[in-house]
Amino acid sequence: MGIRERLSGNEAIAYAMKQINPDVMGAFPITPSTEIPQYFSTYVDNGEVDTEFIPVESEHSAMSTCIGAQAAGVRAISATSSCGLVYMTEMLYVAASDRLPITLAVSTRALSGPININNDHSDAMGVRDAGWIQLFAETNQEAYDNYLQAMRIGEAVSLPVMICQDGFITSHAIENIELAEDDKVRKFVGEYHPDNALLGRENPMSVGAFGMPCYYMECKRQQAQAMIDAKEVIRRVGEEFGAMTGRSYGLIEKYRMDDAEEAVVIMGSSAGTAKAAVDELRAEGKKAGLVKIRSFRPFPAEELVEALKNVKAFAAMDKDDSFNAHCGPMFAEIAAALYAAGETAPKGINYIYGLGGRDVRLESIRRVYAELEQIAATGKTGETYRYLDVRE
Amino acid sequence: MKDMVEIRWHGRGGQGAKTASLLLADAAFNTGKYVQGFPEYGPERMGAPITAYDRISTERCTVHSNIYEPDYVVVVDETLLSSVDVTAGLKADGAIVINSTKKPEELRSRLKGYQGKVCTIDAGKISVETLGKNFPNTPMLGAIVKISGVVPEKEFIQDMEGSFRHKFASRHQVIEGNIKALIRSMEEVQVG
Amino acid sequence: MNYKKAAEINENISWRDITPGCNIYEGGTSDTVATGEWRTMRPVLHEDKCKQCLLCVPVCPDLSIPMEKDGKRGGFNYFFCKGCGICAAVCPFGAIEMIPEEK
Repeated sequence: MGIRERLSGNEAIAYAMKQINPDVMGAFPITPSTEIPQYFSTYVDNGEVDTEFIPVESEHSAMSTCIGAQAAGVRAISATSSCGLVYMTEMLYVAASDRLPITLAVSTRALSGPININNDHSDAMGVRDAGWIQLFAETNQEAYDNYLQAMRIGEAVSLPVMICQDGFITSHAIENIELAEDDKVRKFVGEYHPDNALLGRENPMSVGAFGMPCYYMECKRQQAQAMIDAKEVIRRVGEEFGAMTGRSYGLIEKYRMDDAEEAVVIMGSSAGTAKAAVDELRAEGKKAGLVKIRSFRPFPAEELVEALKNVKAFAAMDKDDSFNAHCGPMFAEIAAALYAAGETAPKGINYIYGLGGRDVRLESIRRVYAELEQIAATGKTGETYRYLDVRE
Repeated sequence: MKDMVEIRWHGRGGQGAKTASLLLADAAFNTGKYVQGFPEYGPERMGAPITAYDRISTERCTVHSNIYEPDYVVVVDETLLSSVDVTAGLKADGAIVINSTKKPEELRSRLKGYQGKVCTIDAGKISVETLGKNFPNTPMLGAIVKISGVVPEKEFIQDMEGSFRHKFASRHQVIEGNIKALIRSMEEVQVG
Repeated sequence: MNYKKAAEINENISWRDITPGCNIYEGGTSDTVATGEWRTMRPVLHEDKCKQCLLCVPVCPDLSIPMEKDGKRGGFNYFFCKGCGICAAVCPFGAIEMIPEEK
């Protein structure tokens, strides 16, 4: 049995960091993730961890600090949000290409403009092609659990990992949480001893090579393979975590999908609200189900095809927009997965929702299912690119 | 969820409404409940209207949205009555607790025809007399616990004593003052 | 993992065999790159004209003019020297002459 507590999502992440006791944290504050380095620096100041805390002058430098530290041969972490994540984007690509398993906590938030500090997924989605593993949490509990699994996953495939939770909605909300004991966490996460490192006296290395056209593509193909391989690692670590805590994780979570005819595919805190909507609809005799994406990178294409191939209609919920006059990123990838697998029967629509902190209510999700019922009955999707809860 | 209690707090930036909502979540958690305590974030400034929420239940609540049909509303600053629709969605079998020197019947006319219980508490006076300063959030916390019954009163006082002891370890008069403020507000809250 | 040294990485390597991120699993790999191969003009030191003023030493972009223990400059390191001629240009005494490379 774990320890019964109540923590906000940011507190939970900082606590996970404390239990892991990483070697270096490079950080620059930005709301709503500011509390993470704030709480963690208290642990540093109190001598509860041995981490070298490096306050830097920008997020670009925060990620550069992590790259240097991880390449030197130690565990490096950071935390950020919104424009901070955008500002470190250049270095995110370097971290992934240099194959450095850095761990970055992201409390997701909208991007300007208009200026907005509230939640959506624009920041994390904006860096979805940077080569990082991206795990999304529905609750403070999942944010904590994902963080404890991050280093195991990243270090197994030599890729950096982003642990995302919804800014304010879970990052600043106090909720019940079950924490794992320190000794169990330490045993689960293990120690980091890379075979080679910049400061490895026995096995030195050179990092950050110039890759000319004759090498670059081979290098990228290998990086792509690491992301493919990450799927199995995420599953394995999720099961092992379940054996320790009773909470198992995969790439997706299916909720009441067994005989579902209408399904919503969603990520982050609103999945919880949508589950409550599913429960209401089921009580009314409707065949509603839900698929929650936990791992957006790697993208769980096979799992989603398997989950959705028998539904009559589904809605992919994007908490950001690609502004491509077509659809959001999640819909695009789900549609591509179904098409590539030859599954064209399910009718799919896309909702852009919850931008800039627009509250996502149970009633909002019920409206989505009502649309899906119509589509299932008529076989007609109509406009597939839709905005939810926007004033006409 | 049948046994879920939802509470909405209205205050002004700097008055401690958010802290009070989190303390209530803490107290409910300590009696074995599932809790959510969360403020609604915006460009916080001292004096600007703010909203905070509590959900308290015996099973985990998965909903992550604001509260639109609260069982109880707490108004930490009476001046908000003229600018904020504090009774919006408030259930008729619930109650509103307002920080005011007035009696409940004097305020009912300003609550857009709200039919449920209206309660008042002079949190400013209690705060000044017990803590020496106007910190209305502690008396408001005591009043809402009394009115909602969401946490057993005795357990609540014991629990808060522990919390205050942790928070103000070296300042005994602050601990004592806060506990006195809680007890007095539970006794003095007027129900109309 | 493909922990390879610089000499093991070449233009025929497959994506499976290339090192992660093109990292190189040894240090000081520039030691193995003979930039002297690129030279078309060769600096020659006329020791009779050299006053050991050492102006040439810091301007060499390839660190190909070594300092000796006695505080004097040594002979050119032709393994690295690309023959750029900066040393000859800064020499106030005409002690460095650039002559065509003979290969």
